[in-house]
Amino acid sequence: MGAGQANPAAPLAGLITLNPSGSGRNAMYRTAKGEEIFVIDGHTHFWDGSPANQKNIHGKQFIECFYAYHSNLSPPSEKWEKDKFEKYDAKTMFDDLFVTGYDDMAILQPTYLTDFYKNGFNTTERNSAMKKNHPDRFILNGAFDPRDGTKGLEDLHALSEKHKLKGVKLYTAEWRGESKGYKLSDKASYKYLEAAQKLGIKNIHVHKGPTIIPLNRDAFDVADIDDVATSFQDLNFIVEHCGLPRLDDFCWIATQETNVYAGLAVALPFIHLRPGYFAHVISELLFWVGPDKILYGSDYAIWTPKWLIDKFMAFEIPADVTKETGSVLSMETKIKILGLNAARLYGIDVEAQKKKIRAGGGYAHLPEAVHAPR
Amino acid sequence: MSDHAEQNEQMRSRQSRDREAEIWACLQGVTDPELDESVTELNFVTKADVDPENRVHIEFRLPTYWCAANFSFLMADDMRCAVSALDWVKDVSIVLGEHMYADKINAGLAMGLSFQETFGTEADGSLDDLRQTFLVKAFQRRQVALLNHLLGVGHSPETIVSLTLVELGCLPVDDDGEKLVRRYLERRAVVGSLRTDMLAFVDAAGVRLKAGNLSAYISGLRRVGVNAEFNSALCRGLLSVRFDLETPFVPKSKASSKLPDTQHVP
Repeated sequence: MGAGQANPAAPLAGLITLNPSGSGRNAMYRTAKGEEIFVIDGHTHFWDGSPANQKNIHGKQFIECFYAYHSNLSPPSEKWEKDKFEKYDAKTMFDDLFVTGYDDMAILQPTYLTDFYKNGFNTTERNSAMKKNHPDRFILNGAFDPRDGTKGLEDLHALSEKHKLKGVKLYTAEWRGESKGYKLSDKASYKYLEAAQKLGIKNIHVHKGPTIIPLNRDAFDVADIDDVATSFQDLNFIVEHCGLPRLDDFCWIATQETNVYAGLAVALPFIHLRPGYFAHVISELLFWVGPDKILYGSDYAIWTPKWLIDKFMAFEIPADVTKETGSVLSMETKIKILGLNAARLYGIDVEAQKKKIRAGGGYAHLPEAVHAPR
Repeated sequence: MSDHAEQNEQMRSRQSRDREAEIWACLQGVTDPELDESVTELNFVTKADVDPENRVHIEFRLPTYWCAANFSFLMADDMRCAVSALDWVKDVSIVLGEHMYADKINAGLAMGLSFQETFGTEADGSLDDLRQTFLVKAFQRRQVALLNHLLGVGHSPETIVSLTLVELGCLPVDDDGEKLVRRYLERRAVVGSLRTDMLAFVDAAGVRLKAGNLSAYISGLRRVGVNAEFNSALCRGLLSVRFDLETPFVPKSKASSKLPDTQHVP
């Protein structure tokens, strides 16, 4: 069995810490009963989409599209001004994730977009500043682009050596000169995935997005995931945004492949605006993909962890949907989605990590006796 | 202005309004292939004008700058076909606004080119396969909705799977049921013959459904509908933020000073 493969029989014992006496906090989220839940945010960014960094109209349109997602799906009280959204500082991010928010750890996922932004949108280099200042809080992921040829492979080796990468984020729809995207099943992609495997980069996060050549095909096709998941059994493929807008095709693939996971970013915020649809989506994911293969992600700074997790912890699948799908969002399932699944993929020893964060004063600001949701 | 001229003017104005209404009705039948919803109900169409020479001018926009070029082109092409089918229409021009491929798509549409001709090497064939894929998804989504309705009002799986097309058409149903039957029949031809003695319910391959595993079949297709509804919610939300739909066709600053059209009648 691969290290990241689901093991539904794994006991939960010790992973929910009952700490009602309040003898020191060991996680950011605590339920009313005093259960502490370790949260790993699978999808965060430290980006610069400001006009000063925009290279062209596409850079402007890209951040505007993100801002539309943010404005449309956030509760009114959580909406940011546009200029803050375009570029925020490191302290804002740290506070939103780990002080106001319930994240204990977060994965930094890069998005280069060097054709749209002068210094890139959200590079590994830019993200590494966050990791450097808070090593116990962040997992730093890299990226590669198969269209970069031999030079790109060398860069991947160097990047992996420098940052000890365990994961990469791929953006198959990224524009590069004349090219409007690539497929994981391309010959060049195989070379990079083989290299990743050798370098111990086990977690391949894939953003499925539009504009993949040829344009006449379904631009959101997830079939290339199916191909590489079969060919690279030792790698884990985390499909960000759980394959939306192709949830139907994605569920089919994820059911057949043991190493395909669903990232909840973009799906989760619907819990506020359209809780009914969210109920259906999470039900389908639980039914087809299963509780061991779904990962929470805020997609920060599009959305922030505090309100997402407050709503998620309070959420129950309505009876009529459960009747249809048989899916229940139990406490055990929520705990797996919020942190345990990502911990397993990234080899995080939750208990040891809690101690490290606590020793670094990471929980010092939390009032002992106050129960979540705060 | 003489009485005669005024009468003519009024007649022309009324005729123009009737023709515009006809165009809008026609566009209502055009769907977003992905969402299986009308492009007018989705608020994609911003303008549908008819000039005195019966030339039609349509403008539309999409939820993001990045919406897939193929779907954008399909919708424009479907609008062109639907409107051209009206016998009085002399010419149709369609313009897509604020989109990464707007220039290319608009140039292609203006010259009456196909998708392949418009995009050259970036496309490797026609849109027919894509169109078929999404017609099948629309068929499946409409079928599940109807099957759930029929089961919900008490028809047995055995009865449902043995209904012929004519029997389905004659089934006593309430208003909701009638709408579901109509929507289903609109897409039923995607998977097989519409001869009245054919079975009403077949799968995407045209094979008859089995009563014994009807609920498993429905579970399998359910996610097609969930997917489409989720995307629809997302698309509507993004469109409303992007274009401030409270004031759909004119910027806020100009909206208050614009007189209603009726006051322009002399």
